[in-house]
Amino acid sequence: MAVKDPPWIMRTYSGHSTPQASNALYRENLARGQTGLSVAFDLPTQTGYDADHPLARGEVGRTGVPVGHIADLSALFDGIDLGRMNTSMTINATAAWLLALYVAVAEAQGVPSRALRGTTQNDIVKEYLSRGTYVFPPAPSLRLTVDTILFTVEHVPDWNPINISSYHLQEAGATPAQEVAYSLATAITVLDEVRARGVEGAAFAKVFGRLSFFVNAGMRFVEEACKLRAFGELWERLGKERYGVADEKLRRFRYGVQVNSLGLTEAQPENNLVRIALEMLGVTLSKNARARAVQLPAWNEALGLPRPWDQQLSLRTQQLLAYETDLLEYGDLFDGSPVIAAKTREIAEAAWAEVEDVIERGGAVGAVESGYVKERLVASNARRIAAIESGEQVVVGVNRFTETAESPLTAGGAADAILRLDPAAEREQVEALARFRRARDADSVARALDALRAAARGRDNLVPVSIAAARVRVTTGEWASALREVFGEYRAPTGVAGARAPELGSGYEPLRERVAELEKRIGRRPKILVGKPGLDGHSNGAEQIALRARDAGFEVVYEGIRVTPRELARAAADEGVHVLGLSILSGAHVELTRDVLAELRARGVTIPVVVGGIIPEADRVLLCAEGVAAVYTPKDFQIAKILAELCEIVERSAT
Amino acid sequence: MSLVVDSERVLARDPASVARAISLVEDRRPEAEAAAIELLRALSRSGRGAACHRVGVTGPPGVGKSTLVSALIRGWRARGRSVGVLAVDPSSPRSGGALLGDRARIELDPDDREVFVRSMASGGQLGGLARAAGAAVEVLSAVFDVVLIETVGVGQSETDIEHVADTVLFVVQPASGDVLQFIKAGIVEIPDVVAVNKADLGAVAVRAVAELESALRLGAEASGRAEPRVLATSASTGVGIGEVLAALEAHFAAVVAGGQLPAVRRAKNAAWATRLFALRYGERGVDQRGGSRAVRAALERELAGGATLFEALASVAPEP
Repeated sequence: MAVKDPPWIMRTYSGHSTPQASNALYRENLARGQTGLSVAFDLPTQTGYDADHPLARGEVGRTGVPVGHIADLSALFDGIDLGRMNTSMTINATAAWLLALYVAVAEAQGVPSRALRGTTQNDIVKEYLSRGTYVFPPAPSLRLTVDTILFTVEHVPDWNPINISSYHLQEAGATPAQEVAYSLATAITVLDEVRARGVEGAAFAKVFGRLSFFVNAGMRFVEEACKLRAFGELWERLGKERYGVADEKLRRFRYGVQVNSLGLTEAQPENNLVRIALEMLGVTLSKNARARAVQLPAWNEALGLPRPWDQQLSLRTQQLLAYETDLLEYGDLFDGSPVIAAKTREIAEAAWAEVEDVIERGGAVGAVESGYVKERLVASNARRIAAIESGEQVVVGVNRFTETAESPLTAGGAADAILRLDPAAEREQVEALARFRRARDADSVARALDALRAAARGRDNLVPVSIAAARVRVTTGEWASALREVFGEYRAPTGVAGARAPELGSGYEPLRERVAELEKRIGRRPKILVGKPGLDGHSNGAEQIALRARDAGFEVVYEGIRVTPRELARAAADEGVHVLGLSILSGAHVELTRDVLAELRARGVTIPVVVGGIIPEADRVLLCAEGVAAVYTPKDFQIAKILAELCEIVERSAT
Repeated sequence: MSLVVDSERVLARDPASVARAISLVEDRRPEAEAAAIELLRALSRSGRGAACHRVGVTGPPGVGKSTLVSALIRGWRARGRSVGVLAVDPSSPRSGGALLGDRARIELDPDDREVFVRSMASGGQLGGLARAAGAAVEVLSAVFDVVLIETVGVGQSETDIEHVADTVLFVVQPASGDVLQFIKAGIVEIPDVVAVNKADLGAVAVRAVAELESALRLGAEASGRAEPRVLATSASTGVGIGEVLAALEAHFAAVVAGGQLPAVRRAKNAAWATRLFALRYGERGVDQRGGSRAVRAALERELAGGATLFEALASVAPEP
């Protein structure tokens, strides 16, 4: 038998409820043949709040595991040897802190930092652009990133300190060329900052060699394979030409992948399993552009949280390709193909032109602050959605071939086909936090936080002081709060007002007429507040609704992400809106919607509320019973239809 | 939904009532206009608007207006003054829809009843002030110590804002292109205070301040009005905010002390009413009433006789 290449690292992005529950899940996954871990943190951990912070309400343990302190992380890896594990952590604004906790937990396990392997995502630029878990302004955020890089290159040499993510850019609407371009622009911004800190020569080359990428792969898998070949070529060229990295090995393009979750459908959800398998081909077929690590979403992600069995099915999909097929027995299948070469060149050229454009606009940070890149993404996403609405882009089971037999997988109702979280988990976590705080030495905590603040005001690397803070049992919220005091907080441009949306199809003419007619009847243009309460930063959906509503003739108030229920109720009342639309993708829709409704009642205003998100049927029924006018989920892909319904809702309540 | 808004509750600064009052003056149904006239008359009778300082803030997009406005609001609140904000954004000429109040960067305490923020679409005209803006300012003036009207400085709104504000603050950034635009646009006669924001840019900002001062001096000499103050600010660090607040107040105090405020407001009201008249009845309507000068004179008479804005418009209206 031919000698096979070793397979990529196989992971599943997971974690929920509590560190203990997530630890059990990790051990099961490893026992089933997973070869690495990919930690999903909950939103409070990602945005630097403790579980008992008001903003954390409803979000604790929801989108991932809560890690509030060293004991939590220690419980998360209980019985897992960190000296042998390869752990990827999707953590950004608070990456330096989670790395510090990881190093401190390893130390307690008797594992030296030099033996650790893994990845901190640590890419703040795409947080500003699409994912939304940023905390600090760009300059101090970039400093934290570079501090982490410089610390690991010296003390954790096999760590990937930054995993520059085009994944979320694709979800925000980026084309393949934009994905490559904005990631490279981020890399350039980070590398230039490293150079500005006086790192040169061999040390700089080592830094270059540690940068890795995290990409998305969609259904157009031939194009995706070409995208990754183009990515690799440009990265190699960047290392050689811009940064003079001589060692070829250090110029190698290294990336991990999560295949596309955005394209997974709520309708006929079993089709997603096939989508996932096809999407994996784009990042595995071409040996020269093959992923180092792959994680696959589960078939039922558009319905809610996947169960262990659903995640197992995705892992088996990877194992089938790696172990049963002959893929790993050959060299690159695409070398020499003129079709692949032409497509690769096309993407590389378009991407490079865009990179130059961004550099001209002040690099990744400048283009974030001006809203330039965000506006381009919002516009691209609007085009994508328009293509699905019009049927130009086929989505099987959604806008074509919608006839279906009943699926036995969801026969018991979709609610039985997802994981239901234990509602007591948040309370348990909050209580455990209180116990943890009581059992520590308050003076050493205060001293560690003072040292952290002092380092933040100065120029010292923030990772060593963070490790010291982790050891004396500082919490995630305390760490972030100390840095908030020094660095301040940031709100990124929404990109909505400046985005050039595509011309709307003829489907919108009747809608505009309807809006105009409604205006006559109620005396004003229908006015909507689009709100994102809670910590969830996935704003793509809210942005598209805002944009479309405006283009249909609504007056739209959109205030960006992380607005509290109280602020939303206040704005809805002051602004005199006819309808309040909430977008919540974290799963905290029940708690947050209840809070908004209560705040509205407290102000004595009656404004109809609609909610959009990944909302299981049982929750829809519940929300409607509590007074919500309508609930929209991913299967409502026709925005025009949603807006027409909003007209009805406005008319009913205003007349 | 009832069109009646209790003016007492508006005057008592009940947020829901203030919000409904503004919705009412925006409402274009005939029956709403009658209710609006009644409300505005009641608010006007209270005499509360007389002492209110109406501040207009305008300037090109992207100069940091929202951040500056937040800083000003905080400044006034720290001095114990209540603030009503009217933010006017352009409507899309294509759909008539609008994206309003990019307030992502204005941080407000949701429990502070002494601050009220409302956004409004400019409506049909590109860049102009909303039709209902004047009436909304009337409502807010009766309720708050300071009313701040913010517009994106494009097209007509730069000049419209003068009609509804006692003091106009212009915000620019030090990039020389901006300053040049400002001088070329011939709007040097409008602002009473100019803030050169993003002063952290250093030497460029100093030069911009100097350039503006000389341009404005020439403009002031030509028109015979007071020379505007030019101040460097950095909204993100708070530099210059106190000075801007002081300059705005000094300008208003001078107008009040000179006893000109009622006359100035009447003239501004008349100019704004004339604009609204033209918007509502078009060129034909203006012609029918003997041209724009005659319209303005007629409106001025009505306003001087104590009519509210809508009443004046109604009584001067052309034959249907």
